[in-house]
Amino acid sequence: MSLNIFISITYIIASVLFIIGLKQLSSPLTAKRANLISALGMLLAIVATMLTKGLEFQWIFVGLAIGTVIGVFIALKVAMTGMPQMVALLNGSGGLASVLVGWASYHYQPASSLLTTISTYLAVLIGGITFTGSVVAWAKLQEVITGKPIKFVGQNIVNSLLLLALIGAGIIYCMNPAENYPLFIVILTVSLIFGVMSVIPIGGADMPVVISLLNSYSGMAGCATGFVLNNSMLIVAGALVGASGIILTQIMCKAMNRSLANVLFSGFGSVSTAKSTAIKGEVKSLKPEDAYLILEAARSVVFVPGYGLAVAQAQHVVRELAELLEKNGAEVKFAIHPVAGRMPGHMNILLAEANVPYEQLAEMDSINPTIETIDVAVVIGANDVVNPAARHDKASPIYGMPIINVDKAKTVFVLKRSMATGFAGVENELFYYDNTRMIFGDAKQTVQALVAEFKSSV
Amino acid sequence: METQLDALTLIDLIFLFVIAIFLGAELISKVPSTLHTPLMSGSNAISGITIVGAILATGLTPGSTFCTVLGTLAVAFATINVVGGYVVTDRMLGMFKSKQAAGGKK
Repeated sequence: MSLNIFISITYIIASVLFIIGLKQLSSPLTAKRANLISALGMLLAIVATMLTKGLEFQWIFVGLAIGTVIGVFIALKVAMTGMPQMVALLNGSGGLASVLVGWASYHYQPASSLLTTISTYLAVLIGGITFTGSVVAWAKLQEVITGKPIKFVGQNIVNSLLLLALIGAGIIYCMNPAENYPLFIVILTVSLIFGVMSVIPIGGADMPVVISLLNSYSGMAGCATGFVLNNSMLIVAGALVGASGIILTQIMCKAMNRSLANVLFSGFGSVSTAKSTAIKGEVKSLKPEDAYLILEAARSVVFVPGYGLAVAQAQHVVRELAELLEKNGAEVKFAIHPVAGRMPGHMNILLAEANVPYEQLAEMDSINPTIETIDVAVVIGANDVVNPAARHDKASPIYGMPIINVDKAKTVFVLKRSMATGFAGVENELFYYDNTRMIFGDAKQTVQALVAEFKSSV
Repeated sequence: METQLDALTLIDLIFLFVIAIFLGAELISKVPSTLHTPLMSGSNAISGITIVGAILATGLTPGSTFCTVLGTLAVAFATINVVGGYVVTDRMLGMFKSKQAAGGKK
């Protein structure tokens, strides 16, 4: 008895450490420590569980050893640009574990109370969807399969039928679990299929939303396991993860000005191209040498990076330019749109990797109110997130999406290969504004040319 | 391996669940968007808490080889989730440097 109390108290401590870990993630200053605190909580939880009476250790250690080796290996190997895929894979791994736990506990003891059975059912169902859904999300981001939405006639009907089958089979199974082993296998299989079917119609660019949603599911699967095992810590940890997934999903949808239903069911790109007002005006282009003269005189410069920056591997040279500008007396900031990069906050990581100090990383909401005072805004590899049509053109598909108002800065440089449209397929009127100068060419080479100009003039 | 739930315990657990969801929402909304990627991978690591269930499923099902196999696999996959998640989050957060630190390195 006293051992159980000791284990329970350790579980409480672990839960508190998870909570403190998330709380301290509110500042880059404390974030690294926060992660260690959270990891310590996990270690305590594992150690406490190992103290459970009657446990046979040998196979547990085998599993722990294999998992640790693989986990450390892939975590150290992954590139920062590949982070979204990595999170998808880890998430899928957790989902699969949840399925296996549900299966093992049912196999060992098929007859149990209704509540326990329902929890087992949920752990297998949610875990299964999370597993295959995450694997498909990984494959799309890694471009193992096409990133385009995969659609076929009657897809929504097929998916609805699968979902109905899962619910129906679940009810029959929960009524009498002991005699429905084959049905359990059916539920498991259909969950796995449903995970695949529900993610393939979603475009690759929307995968971050999917991953975050699946992350939320895996938290819920953890909660379900908590109910199976009557374990409060699992419920607390699962609920924390569930909440974080839901909130991140909401933030992303809001930043793209789309509803979650739109992301999940519409397959972006199949949206009819709305006729937006024809854009009048003239594109004014600029050579890097002339751009240098303007930058040299600028007292404040804001960089607006998009994923194109990371694709061009231009982070390091942009940071170099930023340093030169600072030395020249200008105030430099990086304005980052919430959906820049391939998952929320991804661009920040890529810039941090290039040694941009985090004080220079500014959120959209903090940069917009002061944008009029900025001398030069440099847009690199971003397009839709700076399109002023989102503010006023009701016919535009991106109308209402929050944007970085670079057009209000005194001068705007847009580094771009050509006049091609962005991801949403929308013309960008910003390129025709009076205060906009296009600098055509490869972004990395352009920035390198600017850096060279600065260096040669010193 | 599982404990049977009675109605009162269930109510307690649901109560805990609801409170934890609100606490989670409160905590997460304070995380700046700069840190959303590490938040995602970090909370993902926490979701590897299923490892507790996996350990019990492996160690408390004596006599059933099948359950031991399932359980061992579950422990392995949950460990990948936990260890991979924390290590990758640590790597990312290690990149965030303040101005002084970034300058001092050179």
